[in-house]
Amino acid sequence: MAETAAILPARDVALPARFSPRPYRVAASESRHAVALVAPAVGLMLALLFGPTAAALVISGTDWEFGAATARFVGIDNFRALAADPVFWKSVGNTLIYVAVVVPACVGGGLALALLIESRERFRAFYRTAHFLPVMSTLVAMAVVWQTLLHPTIGLVNQVFQFMGLEGRNWLREEGTALLALALIGIWQNLGYAMVLFMAGLKSIPRDLYHAAEIDGADSALDRFRTVTLPLLGPVMMFVLVMMAVRAFQLFETVHVLTKGGPNKSSEVLLHLIYVESFEFLRTGRGAALTVIYLAMVVGITLLLTRIIERRVHYA
Amino acid sequence: MAAIELRQLVKRFGGATILRDVSLSVEAGEFLTVVGPSGCGKSTLLKIIAGLEEQTSGEVLIDAQPADHLRPKARDIAMVFQSYALYPHLTVFDNLALPLRMRWLTPIERAPMIGRFVGSAARQRVAQAVHDTAAFLEISHLLDRKPGQLSGGQRQRVALGRALVRRPKAFLMDEPLSNLDAKLRVSMRHELAALHRRLGATFVYVTHDQSEAMTMSDRVAVMMDGALLQVDSPQAVYDRPSHRSVAEFIGSPAINVFPAHVEHGRMRADSVLLPSHWDVADNQTVTVGIRPEGLTLKADAHGGWRGEVAHLENMGADLFVHVRTQLCDKAIVVRMPPQHGAGVKIGETVTVTRLASALTLVFDRDGQRIDPRREILSEVVNG
Amino acid sequence: MSARRQPWIEGLARHCVLIGTSATMVLPFVWMVSLSLKPPQEIFSNAWQLWPSTFYGIENYRTALSAVPLVRYLGNGVFVCTVIFILQILVNLPCAYALAKLRFGGRDTLFAAVLVGLLIPPQVLAIPLFVLFYTAGIVDTYAALILPWTISVFGIFLMRQFFRTIPDELIHAARLDGLSEFAIVWRVMLPVARPALVAFGIFSVVAHWNDLFWPLIVVQSEQLATPPLGALHFANDEAGSNYGPLMAGTVLITLPLILVFLAAQRRFVDGITMTGLK
Repeated sequence: MAETAAILPARDVALPARFSPRPYRVAASESRHAVALVAPAVGLMLALLFGPTAAALVISGTDWEFGAATARFVGIDNFRALAADPVFWKSVGNTLIYVAVVVPACVGGGLALALLIESRERFRAFYRTAHFLPVMSTLVAMAVVWQTLLHPTIGLVNQVFQFMGLEGRNWLREEGTALLALALIGIWQNLGYAMVLFMAGLKSIPRDLYHAAEIDGADSALDRFRTVTLPLLGPVMMFVLVMMAVRAFQLFETVHVLTKGGPNKSSEVLLHLIYVESFEFLRTGRGAALTVIYLAMVVGITLLLTRIIERRVHYA
Repeated sequence: MAAIELRQLVKRFGGATILRDVSLSVEAGEFLTVVGPSGCGKSTLLKIIAGLEEQTSGEVLIDAQPADHLRPKARDIAMVFQSYALYPHLTVFDNLALPLRMRWLTPIERAPMIGRFVGSAARQRVAQAVHDTAAFLEISHLLDRKPGQLSGGQRQRVALGRALVRRPKAFLMDEPLSNLDAKLRVSMRHELAALHRRLGATFVYVTHDQSEAMTMSDRVAVMMDGALLQVDSPQAVYDRPSHRSVAEFIGSPAINVFPAHVEHGRMRADSVLLPSHWDVADNQTVTVGIRPEGLTLKADAHGGWRGEVAHLENMGADLFVHVRTQLCDKAIVVRMPPQHGAGVKIGETVTVTRLASALTLVFDRDGQRIDPRREILSEVVNG
Repeated sequence: MSARRQPWIEGLARHCVLIGTSATMVLPFVWMVSLSLKPPQEIFSNAWQLWPSTFYGIENYRTALSAVPLVRYLGNGVFVCTVIFILQILVNLPCAYALAKLRFGGRDTLFAAVLVGLLIPPQVLAIPLFVLFYTAGIVDTYAALILPWTISVFGIFLMRQFFRTIPDELIHAARLDGLSEFAIVWRVMLPVARPALVAFGIFSVVAHWNDLFWPLIVVQSEQLATPPLGALHFANDEAGSNYGPLMAGTVLITLPLILVFLAAQRRFVDGITMTGLK
């Protein structure tokens, strides 16, 4: 420190009058401020999140149609009607099929891609960008592009099929293939997301663990994968699974743009059905009942997946 | 410069008692260190003095005025934190200027964009004070950088500067050196001590490192488990610890402690009878403490404690020999000049004995120190 | 994973596979651009040739721009997403800070509520919110597009986790320096939270830019359409076989977000993955 620096000049500023002592209690002050900081969020949470959720529950028990002046409370009639409606069951089935196809494909494919990309240094950023691009894109617009790709005559998919000697189909207009075509688009859009999450997870595994495993004798790639990679990816795996499942349940854009649920309800899914019932048929009560079912399914699957995986996950 | 007085501070939180009836008087201009193991409550004590936490009962007086109802800002005390707590998004200049801006500028002058156009006189004073402080601490060349671009030692100085720039009544320091590497820590100790001398300021310093406490302070306050065990000068704490815990905490390597049994008015430790300087009742077990520098190894086997050499620590200027004896479970540590211990090997059987001048401490069952009889004491003092 | 001892043939195999999958991922974009530059005859004849024999790009893009107010759609997207994000910071950041750093009654209950809120998919709120806004007379306004998203439990959660990593001492120092609690939130916490804010911002902007469900429900007039809604209108208008301009339109709608992404890839990916570190 400076030997020659003069002693700092004495303070020449008197404390201003507004510092006059006022009762100050730390804990109470903190409490008051916290409440003020939290109040807007709490208010909005009640008004825009929990309130509406509760309202949906209430409306689901009425026969209200949007624009009608009155509504009666009908208990679980809406739910009974839905249970008797084959369209409802078709939608639930389609939704589950879609989820069952898209989620494993995205999780498995995402993991495989992540492993492949991370295995070498070269061109990582390029591959990551290329695979992540679909996630960023506006699905509605890309759905239109896919429509042209899947077009029976000018579409590239059928051109490729013809080239390979297979028969091209009207993918979006045939009952057997519509949902599958949508699943394909769903996988295309979500694969990159799973991949990027897995890549981050892989990066966080300490190198030393692989070295230790090699010394312990696990020197083939498969061994390393089983002893180090897979266990340590546990938490990430759980997150990816839940994320992909939730996103899959939220299938709407492609259905609305490309098939409107057809042909013959073969691609009708829950969320689209909610939209149609509430805002096209204006059967608000029924729509609300569907919403409640939808909520229950999403929450149920999330909790189920979390519970199952958590038991098998080792948190490092 | 202010004197700080704490009267019977008690702090309870969530069922645990963190401070037990702590009373302490810090004189104006004194460098007082509160030292103790991690978790003993010393940081909480500091936060209560600063006004950042509230005590459950008891009083804090600054300059003989009650300070309990004052906000931290109004107590006019500055604090240097263990992690420095510099604002990462502000330059060093702004970090140093902030406390002054909060005090010397009106709210209008402080307003984000329009404040620039008013209060240039006050702004000038702020800038001047910042430059003075920076020059004092030799960090003027860092004023434009952000904390993220500084080394640990530099950040430490900025943190000091932020405390200094306000010319507060007292400085509180919460383990400011523990995040520095060993060498830097030693040099910063000198600088802090020099800073204290130059400023003549009241420093209340908290650390778990007893060597810091010993080398920098006017007085040391040893704290354990929320209670103050002893407040004294460093030498007094070292030579006359009031409690066994204090003796064991202060001093490196740690003091040797072993039990001794009292027979016929004299203490026997293993095979050796200790001098009768202390008044102790028969059939008691007391604890004896002798520091490594009070012991030596001798050639013959009489009148000492036999044991096997377990470990040798050669520090260059000192040699520490660890000997396993019957005295206690832990090895006895003996300090000697390396030349004397040149032939000692691990596994060898040696005899440990007390030096005539050795300071021997005796503690009763509760750990309180027992003083030697008055006439012995006066001999020591006069003789 | 160490690649020290792996033979070069594996590296080559890796490239082949990845180039294949990358091409598949990128194909729709390439196809989109390619069609947007082709004249009608070429669209219907020859799919393999990516670059048009006759460059028809200018005509296609001109038709697209004049058929629907594309620029307006994009402008709406920018406006709505920006306002949403700003309001989100104003509402959610203080709450996150209080949850992370301050002690107050009901704190744990509030955090539990936030966690529960995370489970609720946004579409569940559509019907009641629509009814609410209809009653309030604000359907088909910017307010309707923006308001429901001002509260973001995800944002609160993310930022609270982040604030917990900030040492308490910074707040102590600020209090000692004399900053009021209000000042601490906006002058210390906000700048310090920048990484979390960037991550959240990316998540928020992408989610709301690409959202179709809510704008579809709440917007009726053309002028308020956001990019997805605009794309929908456009597709319906150009229904039939006017694929050239249709593709041109989709290129224009998709381009902005893609460009921003390409420019700030690292940030995007870091942001998306940080939101994953639940």
